[in-house]
Amino acid sequence: MIAFLTKRLMHAILVMLVISVIAFAIQDNLGDPIQQMVGQSVPESEREALRERLGLNDPFHVQYLRFAGNAIQGDFGYSYFYREPALDVIARHLPATLELVFGATLIIVLLSVPIGVYSAIKPRSPLSRFFMGASIVGISVPVFLTAIVLIQIFAIGMKVTLFPESTAWGSWLNATLSTEGGMPSFGRGQDLVHVVGYWDSNLFSAGGLQHLVLPSIALASIMLPLFIRLIRAEMLEVLQSEYVKFARAKGISSWRIYFVHALKNTMLPVITVGGVQIGTMVAYTILTETVFQWPGMGLMFLDAINRADIPLIVAYLMIVGVIFVVTNTIVDLIYGLVNPTVKLTGKPA
Amino acid sequence: MTTQVSTTTRWARFRDSYLLYSFKRTWSAQLCLAIFLCLVLAAFMAPWLAPTNPYDLRQIDILDSELPPFWIEGAVEHYTLGTDAQGRDLLSIILYGTRVSLVIGFGAVILQAILGVTFGLLAGYLGGRVDAILMRLADIQLSFSTLMVAIVVGAVVKATLGSSFYSQYAVLMLILIIGLAEWPQYARTVRASVLAEKSKEYVDAARVMGLGSRRIMFRHVLPNTLSPVFVISTVQIANAIISEAALSFLGLGMPETHPSLGSLIKSGFDYIQSGSWWITLIPGAVLVVLVLVINLLGDWLRDVMNPRLYKG
Repeated sequence: MIAFLTKRLMHAILVMLVISVIAFAIQDNLGDPIQQMVGQSVPESEREALRERLGLNDPFHVQYLRFAGNAIQGDFGYSYFYREPALDVIARHLPATLELVFGATLIIVLLSVPIGVYSAIKPRSPLSRFFMGASIVGISVPVFLTAIVLIQIFAIGMKVTLFPESTAWGSWLNATLSTEGGMPSFGRGQDLVHVVGYWDSNLFSAGGLQHLVLPSIALASIMLPLFIRLIRAEMLEVLQSEYVKFARAKGISSWRIYFVHALKNTMLPVITVGGVQIGTMVAYTILTETVFQWPGMGLMFLDAINRADIPLIVAYLMIVGVIFVVTNTIVDLIYGLVNPTVKLTGKPA
Repeated sequence: MTTQVSTTTRWARFRDSYLLYSFKRTWSAQLCLAIFLCLVLAAFMAPWLAPTNPYDLRQIDILDSELPPFWIEGAVEHYTLGTDAQGRDLLSIILYGTRVSLVIGFGAVILQAILGVTFGLLAGYLGGRVDAILMRLADIQLSFSTLMVAIVVGAVVKATLGSSFYSQYAVLMLILIIGLAEWPQYARTVRASVLAEKSKEYVDAARVMGLGSRRIMFRHVLPNTLSPVFVISTVQIANAIISEAALSFLGLGMPETHPSLGSLIKSGFDYIQSGSWWITLIPGAVLVVLVLVINLLGDWLRDVMNPRLYKG
């Protein structure tokens, strides 16, 4: 276990080193900080003196070590736009993103397990076929398009006139398919509850929750099909195994077999994939937050790109790197703990 | 003279293959292929099919902007699917946009495949340190989703080169970015099959005959690792098209003067609050159909080529 732990930690540190070198190379190559700091009239000799004083003429590795040293202490420099430490800006935007990811994860867990299990138990039923068909459609719809459709249907409202109004069924269909709209689709709203520090929450008020609904559904929509298919495939495999047959022969009720015996082993690979996918969701938060103008890290990152706010871009990359590495490492550890058959110390396959 | 013989046998092999047999019996695969070919044909014949040329500023009238499609009141007959916010005919610009999306999708996948197959082959066949370095790199890149890598690389490239230069070479840039972001998928697949092939006797035989490792890798091992490559290629094309749309939607892709499906959706999204939903949702529907048929074809191909896998 110890050997496995150290190996994972070494791997994590290596990844962070690679990320920090890339982030530093970006910072080093983008723009000239002297130009940002001094006016037009400053002569070249003074610029050169300032450059020397700030250590910008030092060789790459010296500058990198200085950058890495500061980064470990949480100092990523000042954001050009917000004029405050980059880490503070990120800390202010982090809760919004985390709440969005939390909402999406909740939807995914609550829906994917029952649907996945059902379509494994009854693989031939029409409902299962519908779920499988819907899931491949779901995979094919990009997350920003789901978000736009949600806005059109639930925020703006939609008046359907496709069916003939003169017939009874036509006007009924038109009326049923038309929507009022009115769901909030812009930002986090006013009803935020201050919890602690930078954390203003959407989770503890009706208005706040309403603002969270559409973005969470949009973010969940991209992962949900994947999880349904994964749970179904794993469950199908587990249901073929000897111990399930034995449990059945013993006369245990099928409900108990499905949800107590089989589901446990189904969830193993789901944990690994799930952990990695929650990290992956960070990428999709950029798209979701852009559509809903959700003031989280993703929207902040995109704004930083458009404003060429380099310290903020670099800080975002480092923080996201940490999130990825930490989730991946934790997932590996949990998997090793939960599944004793996994080779903890062996060579990588 | 020998080429004649080999082509006929290849055709015969294809005619007798399980692939064609299954295709003839799967109506959904036939339908998907038909829709896909229609879209591709329509996109590449855009200059002849489209009623107007959306890149020609003389044919655009700003007074025609935001006209609805034909089934909604206020439509103008000339513009079948309506017009966008700049007065461009939506049908024409969707045809041209689909062409841009397809070119980028296929280009990116070709680049991914070249990079991934080469690296996978090297890693699997040479092993040792080359394998460790390449696969660690692939692991790192995969643990950040490919979309994230594409967004970051796109953002940095755009910030470095300046946006006017970037949009001038946007097609090339997007192919490079998406190609670089997704090669690990290919590398992993190829490496796994190479490891299985490497221990087979024909490789030993080739080595005993004194052939160089480059020749063994590319002429002997490579052809036997290609069928999983074809299977993932379909899914990769769908992914690349979605990635391109996502990048364009974020403003890191095709400029509005030369739009792809993604940038059409983006430009239409600004007008959705004013009720002009068709500017964003019609290109969106085209994108979904395109990606969906490719994904369905990929599913079918995977089931046929690898019957042991689940129909997950």
